[in-house]
Amino acid sequence: MKANTDIKNNQNNKALKASGKRKLNDLFWGYLLILPTVLGLAVFYIAAFFQNLYYSFTNLGAFGKYKWVGMENYINVFSDPKVPQALINTVKFTVISVPISIIISLFIATLLNSKIKGLSLYRTLYFLPAVTMPAAIAMMWKWLYNGQYGLLNQLLAKVGIEGQAWIADPKFAMGALIVVGIWSSLGMKIIYFLAGLQGIPKAYYEAATIDGAGPIRQFFSITLPSLTPTIFFVMITSLIGALQMFDLIFLMISKTSLAVDSTMSIVYLFYKYAFEFQEKGYASAISIVLFMIILVITAIQLKLQKKWVNY
Amino acid sequence: MKEISSNKKRMQINKIIIHLLLILGAIITIIPFVWMILTSFKTLGESTIIPPTIFPKQMQWENYKEAMRTLPYGKFYFNTIVYTMLTTIGQIVFCSMAGYAFARIDFKGKNFIFVLILSVLMVPGQIFLIPQFMIMKKLGLLNSITALVLPGLFSAYGTFLMRQFYMGIPKELEEAARLDGCNHFTIFWKIMTPLVKPGIAALAITACLYCWNSLMWPLIVNTSIDKMTLSAGLSTLSGQHGTNFPVAMAGTVLAVWPMIVLFAIFQKHFVEGMASTGSKS
Repeated sequence: MKANTDIKNNQNNKALKASGKRKLNDLFWGYLLILPTVLGLAVFYIAAFFQNLYYSFTNLGAFGKYKWVGMENYINVFSDPKVPQALINTVKFTVISVPISIIISLFIATLLNSKIKGLSLYRTLYFLPAVTMPAAIAMMWKWLYNGQYGLLNQLLAKVGIEGQAWIADPKFAMGALIVVGIWSSLGMKIIYFLAGLQGIPKAYYEAATIDGAGPIRQFFSITLPSLTPTIFFVMITSLIGALQMFDLIFLMISKTSLAVDSTMSIVYLFYKYAFEFQEKGYASAISIVLFMIILVITAIQLKLQKKWVNY
Repeated sequence: MKEISSNKKRMQINKIIIHLLLILGAIITIIPFVWMILTSFKTLGESTIIPPTIFPKQMQWENYKEAMRTLPYGKFYFNTIVYTMLTTIGQIVFCSMAGYAFARIDFKGKNFIFVLILSVLMVPGQIFLIPQFMIMKKLGLLNSITALVLPGLFSAYGTFLMRQFYMGIPKELEEAARLDGCNHFTIFWKIMTPLVKPGIAALAITACLYCWNSLMWPLIVNTSIDKMTLSAGLSTLSGQHGTNFPVAMAGTVLAVWPMIVLFAIFQKHFVEGMASTGSKS
């Protein structure tokens, strides 16, 4: 009897020791494997975040010297007329380009998903802008938009519409940028939607066809509700992307253009203050304000998603 | 019988309409590319004729030579390729390691650290720019490839993506390997990583595209022309060649062709990789 319990105890001890050893082993390997990433992210992102927050309360300028100025930068953010103007421009770009590009890409993805020949060729062509650098996209479109010799005005002249200096004219510049923004973002969205569409069970459509539902009814009763998680994902990422728009304006609108004020986005304003005017403290405050705006919008989206996203 | 054949006919008409719509969309998508290439072979005079010619009368290869004379494309290629390759390799190695640990190993503090990493994803990139720039300046790394590469080696997004892929592997596989006496490194490197190749491909494509096309960081840290990337270099072109469109278009072609060729070769991987980043998030 006694010997028996001894053996049992012994085994328990061994198992305990083994599991303790395994835990220690897990701890060692776990930390070893995450070490580079955690270290890198801690220095360049997490510490940088707090450093940026700190800078936003200082007058950091060109030479790296700075002193604490309290709320001054934030007070300036709210009294600087450039900030609301940039905010309005950014919001304009976002609320126009995001819904339109979602609708167009969803439409194209639906067409691509209808068992047609040449799918991979279409997919390749539509994805082309997504692998092209914004610097090049800007060059191409500047040439197309050129007031004197641009292809767009030549084509418009053929149908009797008078051409414009699209990106130099404050009246049209934002619209012209929105078109390029939509054009360049469709490829990625089409790919996401196509993947979402292919995940919808075929049986749903077969049942609907038997019940006599036409293609349009099927789209609104099956496709759209099943696709809401993808739509939500695409919407959140493109909202965040559009609110941070910089490349196209920076590249397409020349610094001396009359259209600068009507297209200046909030991130461009941040860039200008940080790296052209060398007012880095103030620029930090602008970036924090942008962060807050994105945070609030994302939070609202996450809250609203319960009402319309079907998981 | 009649109904079936009319149904079939309707289907065919539908297909034709779908193709027409898709072709129209595809034309709008590629016109800017086609026009860029056509213009890049025209003389300055021909490019400004009204109404325009479609095909160049004579191929002006001279425009490409001229573009390469005005900007050091050789250096741009070198900088961009090194920047892209180092970042991509670094991300693959570091993100796989961390992704495996977060998905497959239980250790104290894991969840807290993971939430911290996810919170980095919530923050817009501009927030980090000024401090990152100040670090590079303090280390005396401005105008170097090191400055270009360093912050991008570590990716919260890539870590999250790889974790999702490692989570998808059945637990039995790991248990069997453990019973055979494999340690974590062997399980990670020899057993699991070969199984997450689609994840690695997706991460590699995202990292490649990101580096090749990124503008603001290269623009900020490397201001001397020798250390610029293609993207940053091209952004200086618009000022220099305000009027010589064919040369500007030739310069643009020089900047985009490598990625487009790569895309044409790995078309399927690109599309599937990008689609998987969407579904895994």
